[in-house]
Amino acid sequence: MIAIDNLHKKFGKNQVLQGIDLTIDEGGIFAVLGPNGSGKTTLIKSILGMVLPDAGSIRLNGSSIKKDWKYRNQIDYLPQIANFPGNLTVQELIKMIKDLRSDKTTEDERLIDVFKLQPFLNKKLSNLSGGTKQKVNLVLTFMFDSPLIILDEPTTGLDPISHLRLKTLISEAKEKGKTILITSHIMSFVEEIADEIVFLLEGKIYFRGSIFQLKERTEQPDFEHAIAAMLSSSYA
Amino acid sequence: MRKILKYSFYDLMRSRWSYVYFLFYLLLGIVLLFLNNDLNKAVITLMNVIIVLVPLIGTIFGVMYYYNSKEFTELLLAQPVKRSSIFLGQYFGVALSLSLSLILGLGGPFVFYGIFNSSAIWDFSLLLVTGTLLTLIFTALAFVIALFNENKIKGFGYAILLWLFMAVIYDGLFLMSLMYFEDYPLDKFSLVATMLNPVDLSRVLILLKLDISALLGYTGAVFQNFFGTSFGLILSLGMLGLWVLVPVLIINRKAKRKDF
Repeated sequence: MIAIDNLHKKFGKNQVLQGIDLTIDEGGIFAVLGPNGSGKTTLIKSILGMVLPDAGSIRLNGSSIKKDWKYRNQIDYLPQIANFPGNLTVQELIKMIKDLRSDKTTEDERLIDVFKLQPFLNKKLSNLSGGTKQKVNLVLTFMFDSPLIILDEPTTGLDPISHLRLKTLISEAKEKGKTILITSHIMSFVEEIADEIVFLLEGKIYFRGSIFQLKERTEQPDFEHAIAAMLSSSYA
Repeated sequence: MRKILKYSFYDLMRSRWSYVYFLFYLLLGIVLLFLNNDLNKAVITLMNVIIVLVPLIGTIFGVMYYYNSKEFTELLLAQPVKRSSIFLGQYFGVALSLSLSLILGLGGPFVFYGIFNSSAIWDFSLLLVTGTLLTLIFTALAFVIALFNENKIKGFGYAILLWLFMAVIYDGLFLMSLMYFEDYPLDKFSLVATMLNPVDLSRVLILLKLDISALLGYTGAVFQNFFGTSFGLILSLGMLGLWVLVPVLIINRKAKRKDF
């Protein structure tokens, strides 16, 4: 589904991505992990076309994404920080995003129900709390039926119930055969849902495989320690 | 682009600042009319206010809107929308809502006062057109500054400096150079210098139309001599148009190459 070839990106003097080669097949949940500043967000933003790579290519379903924007109809993206125009209401925002997409079959009503957002529909976005904003953000992401879903730190600010519902949504999407790309710092969350791990370190892919393979390679009994072991071995 | 424009415009139309701006002009119009009791004089006073204030508001609003809607822009960038549509849509959203506040705020009292039955109607219309053009120009310049500066404080600083330069410092420098080089023929120089500053250009444009030679000043007089009144009007309007077009093209170009 996604084929990334020799991707390089530099911000000023800071070389963030140093030749990423990655192919992701259709279907399944892929977690992109790595320490702060390892290039996770840059990689995701490159796929979305928000960051323009210095070298290398990204292809989605066989066609290059360079200078294209229509391909984003196939991607649902949840940004890390959600901030919306303060003077619009929740309902207007949902309407607007629908208006911008070619995909007209949406599930917003069901999702509004799932996250219990009905009382907020006519409220201005500037008056919502951080967690409620994140729920709106989740509705905007999951209401379309796109084959690729990208979630950047989806659990930020969510209460336990919404957290559970998010996990249900993700596994539903997986059952539909969608490809889901997640970054997260919450290791228990990743361990629970991810099929495969892509571990980035200093702009390169350091490890790719299942959680089981990771544990085997680092000879650690649990996931969190395996990640820690990988980090400390790389720092040494 | 139209969709983004529509939503930016909705968003801004509901913002408190649009109303503050609108009410300010409403009040200004009313006060001027009832103090002056003369439409023609009111138009001249208004010109002086508009020429300084509209660029300031346009610059500040433009920069503020860009930085405030940064995260929202990122949300839009992940949607199937062309980059240029996002930025041009936002730009026109800001510029249009500001222009509307200006036109409605000033237009209201003047219509109420009976501008339609007065000979000043054309002068007044030109004033509003110039105000709108200045809004378009300075909002575009503000967007250019904001696009090139990630740092908010720097962006604000440059934007204010730009306004200060165009509205205040430029004239001083211009006058000083005229005095310094008074032994040389200066008409071409002053023509070019006027064209290079939209604020001066607007002043000359309105004064040409009002035909008040006493207020034209050196540049205005040169302008009138060189081009005549009607050609001078067209030329200065054209130049103002160019002043809108060039920054808009820069916004478009920069937006395509920027990382977010």
